[in-house]
Amino acid sequence: MPAHAGENVTFGFWVYLMSDCVLFAALFATYAVLQGATFGGPTAYDLFDLPFVFVETMLLLTSSFTMGLAVIAAREARVGKTWPSGPERRLLLLLAVTLFLGLAFLGMEVYEFWHLIAAGEGPTRSAFLSAFFTLVGTHGLHVALGAIWMCVVGAHIWFNGITTGAVRKLTILSLFWHFLDVIWICIFTFVYLFGGLAL
Amino acid sequence: MIQATLFMLIVAVPVLFLTFFFAWRYRAGNKKAHYQPNWEHSKMEELIWWAIPFEIVLILGAITWTSTHELHPPKPIGVEPPLVVQVVALDWKWLFIYPEQGIASLNYIQMPVGKPVRFEITADAAMNSFWIPELGGQIYAMTGMVNRLNLIADQEGEFMGRSANYSGEGFSQMKFIAKASTQEEFDAWVREVHTSENDLSYLGYEDVAVPGVPETPLYYSAVEAGLFDMIVAQFGHSHSSEEPHTH
Amino acid sequence: MFGILTLDAFIHGPVETGAQLAVVGGALAVLLALTYFKKWGWLWREWITSVDHKKIGIMYLVLAGIMLARGAVDAFMMRAQQVLAVGDQVGYLDPNHYSQVFTAHGIIMIFFVAMPLMFGLLNFILPLQIGSRDVAYPFLNSMSFWFTVVGAALINLSLVVGEFAATGWLAYPPLSGLEYSPGVGVDYYIWALQIAGVGTLISGINFLVTIIKMRAPGMTLLRMPIFVWTSLGSMILVIFAFPILTVTLGLLALDRIFGMHFFTTDLGGSAMMYINLIWAWGHPEVYILILPAFGIFSEIVAVFSQKRLFGYISMVVATMSIAALSFVVWLHHFFTMGASANVNAFFGIMTMAIAIPTGVKVFNWLFTMFRGRIIFATPMLWFMGFLTTFVLGGMTGVLMAIPGVDFQLHNSLFLVAHFHNMIIGGVLFGFFAGLVYWWPKIFGYKLHEGLGKAAFWSWIIGFLLAFIPLYLLGLMGMTRRLSQVDEVFRPLLIVAAVGACVIALGVFLQVLQMVVSYVQRNKNIAGNDPWNGRTLEWATSSPPPEHNFPSTPRIKERDAFWFAKERRESLFSTPDHHIEMPKNTPTGFFVAMVSGIFGFAVIWHMWWLVPVCFVGIVTLLVVRSFEHEGSH
Repeated sequence: MPAHAGENVTFGFWVYLMSDCVLFAALFATYAVLQGATFGGPTAYDLFDLPFVFVETMLLLTSSFTMGLAVIAAREARVGKTWPSGPERRLLLLLAVTLFLGLAFLGMEVYEFWHLIAAGEGPTRSAFLSAFFTLVGTHGLHVALGAIWMCVVGAHIWFNGITTGAVRKLTILSLFWHFLDVIWICIFTFVYLFGGLAL
Repeated sequence: MIQATLFMLIVAVPVLFLTFFFAWRYRAGNKKAHYQPNWEHSKMEELIWWAIPFEIVLILGAITWTSTHELHPPKPIGVEPPLVVQVVALDWKWLFIYPEQGIASLNYIQMPVGKPVRFEITADAAMNSFWIPELGGQIYAMTGMVNRLNLIADQEGEFMGRSANYSGEGFSQMKFIAKASTQEEFDAWVREVHTSENDLSYLGYEDVAVPGVPETPLYYSAVEAGLFDMIVAQFGHSHSSEEPHTH
Repeated sequence: MFGILTLDAFIHGPVETGAQLAVVGGALAVLLALTYFKKWGWLWREWITSVDHKKIGIMYLVLAGIMLARGAVDAFMMRAQQVLAVGDQVGYLDPNHYSQVFTAHGIIMIFFVAMPLMFGLLNFILPLQIGSRDVAYPFLNSMSFWFTVVGAALINLSLVVGEFAATGWLAYPPLSGLEYSPGVGVDYYIWALQIAGVGTLISGINFLVTIIKMRAPGMTLLRMPIFVWTSLGSMILVIFAFPILTVTLGLLALDRIFGMHFFTTDLGGSAMMYINLIWAWGHPEVYILILPAFGIFSEIVAVFSQKRLFGYISMVVATMSIAALSFVVWLHHFFTMGASANVNAFFGIMTMAIAIPTGVKVFNWLFTMFRGRIIFATPMLWFMGFLTTFVLGGMTGVLMAIPGVDFQLHNSLFLVAHFHNMIIGGVLFGFFAGLVYWWPKIFGYKLHEGLGKAAFWSWIIGFLLAFIPLYLLGLMGMTRRLSQVDEVFRPLLIVAAVGACVIALGVFLQVLQMVVSYVQRNKNIAGNDPWNGRTLEWATSSPPPEHNFPSTPRIKERDAFWFAKERRESLFSTPDHHIEMPKNTPTGFFVAMVSGIFGFAVIWHMWWLVPVCFVGIVTLLVVRSFEHEGSH
């Protein structure tokens, strides 16, 4: 059974990602239905600052790129070599960069939310805003959990080196991270772009 | 409904018969029955029992399509202009407003036999469902929206109406009486209501909307114009769920 | 520090106090018994920390049994109220309490009886049927179970402190929003279901991966037992449907906790959106329950007719069609909400379409019986009961799928009779049949046959007596959820109450059967294969050893075990020497307990406790990830 275990974990994680897809689909559907319910409050057009969101997007996309490089580094590394040595160091550095970019993304998102709430345009102002905050906020929550997870994987590698288990954990984390990127692209398109261009 | 049931019986009766017949005939104790332990596939049989239910569903589907359009609640009945009754579901009573006649009542309506009635239904409470079982189907009463239901009484009588969607503590008491009478009796009733001491203003409506169950039906001799529209508009939705002209 | 929790929350009226004492008394009795018999260590080692799918399966069944008692009591309370509260009489339950009872009844039966029964049987039997030693993720399996327990615990806790939702089992807004339900009842509802729902979703993923990845070598998809196919269909539905429930309950929670406006009456909320979302989950949910039951019946018909299941491929196609179609029918739960005729008609026709593959299954079962040699043991009786009642239930379903008809029957007792017909006649009879069929495998001894038959007859007669009157009452215009009814409905309600009593007798006989069988167990030792079965679970001992099989079997065909018996061959080569099984762990239990505290904290607005619990859960999972892959 242990021989198959790794393969099962990756496959199972794909299945989990499908369920997460459905979760986001339900949130997108809710947003689509409620996006017009602004009730005298601000509309998407009023709120969304496209250059700001563009920077957020670049941060997240770049972090996906560095995450991809990290996975490649992990696969190239030979198992069992002690730290500090070439591959481990490079891997941990790439992870740190990914983490930094992810946290920067989150920071910008928190700033955007804070700004809106302080101006009285928080999620309790209208159904549209409830839907917006929840859809984008749920994505942000996923990113935050991914960031925590990244620290845990980093710790694994720090203490135990690049074992097969660590590579597996990293691969799954990268799947999660790329998935969040895809969801962000949908959010960027349907929420910010369509809203900001008053489509 | 009878038609649909009969179609389904085409399948149901043989199934029930075969269930008991096979159980009896092929019981282990019956040595006379042929035993074929590995027979498990027959293209012809499969074809039959995929095809027959498919046909029946096709027929029922056609019935469904036409009957759904026929019985669509907002669809007007006949060509005669209907009597319009505006309905507001409250906690836990029904407010009826007759805009043309300028009267209103709680938990009681009267209508002439043979005249189509168009109910315009909303709520100022949790979700309810407006239902007079003996006259026809129901439709949901929801805040900020107007659902239209067309009914017609073919015979005189007193019919019970009620809410068909659970809406809280007083739900079981949310009953009303719908009386179908001759045109003369209806006109007489309208005149009688006009002599009532109560009238329904915007402010008066606030008192009516307070949660509670009235002991007996109440009549209002005058209704402030646009009260119904105001009740709908207070929730801010800009559209009704069924426009009469969409199809 | 205690949020909005005050001593008032513990004080209730007389009937509720009785329930309170029952729950507290029951819990205390169990704790005292454990202490007196010094069983805490055993409980911890053998059960609470177990990751063995067989033990987890048994625990699910125990949970289902306990919650069935409570759900059934709720049902009897409702029947009694409706018989007493006629005309001007008010009965013995006030309307608010009555509505908590019918809400709890629905939730308990679906989430804490039917689902645990299903996962209990799935857990024990599925890995055996595919020749595997365990499920894909034993740790997650344990955690999922404890999440379900926590959900059940929260519902029972609501009897002791606070109140439960008074909204009906799906808690439609605006009634379930803050404005109309300001108390903690709906919050108990939300968090019990959220936590249990997460458990279910994880189990869905677990079993799907198990089926796809862990079948014995040679067992291609088309050589799997039909029960595995139906379980696969069900798990796919779980994975697609449960996230929708998570979102919907989550949005309702956001409305209630933060004052957002998803489903409120003002500022743009749309109660209709909730209804669409909840039924987009709700309809697949009932197919999640019925598909495994169909699978169980397929196994039972073949074994007890001593004949191969007819039309295996057809059954597979039918199963997956049903699963797929279950996603495009949800609107039939609210034809009366006011959609256009085109929309209503479309959903009506799609609903009828599901009757086609379902009908195909019925014919395939009948023709399995044809030219078989049928033994009418208790499982076969349950199947016969199912077949007769299900036809009736199916017909009434197709009737209501016609929107014009539904306008008259929606939310009436006709509807209530229809879905109880499907769930009792279909789901429950299926799981009861499976329980009797697989009991020998799980516990090592056969159940008392005479009492089993008596229980079946009580159930079916009771069911007909209890629910045929409800069909008639619905046709007479009686709405559901009434705490006070008109005189004209009384006679039929009395018949229904009598039916409920006969069902109660059936339940009693089932319990008696279990007790008597346990006492007589040494006289009824089952051996590996008491029913002359066809599938792999009968190829090992009863109960199986922890590692299930001596070695991994090699499969050449469908019904491999049956044909191996016929040829007097064994499916197993030399036994494995070194078998690694996963180690016990308390982490699943702890994560679930902390989640329970989290739920309780949110319900009672103990905001300081919420992040503490969150950190606790993350910490537990992180620690778990550092544990060496434990095995023995």
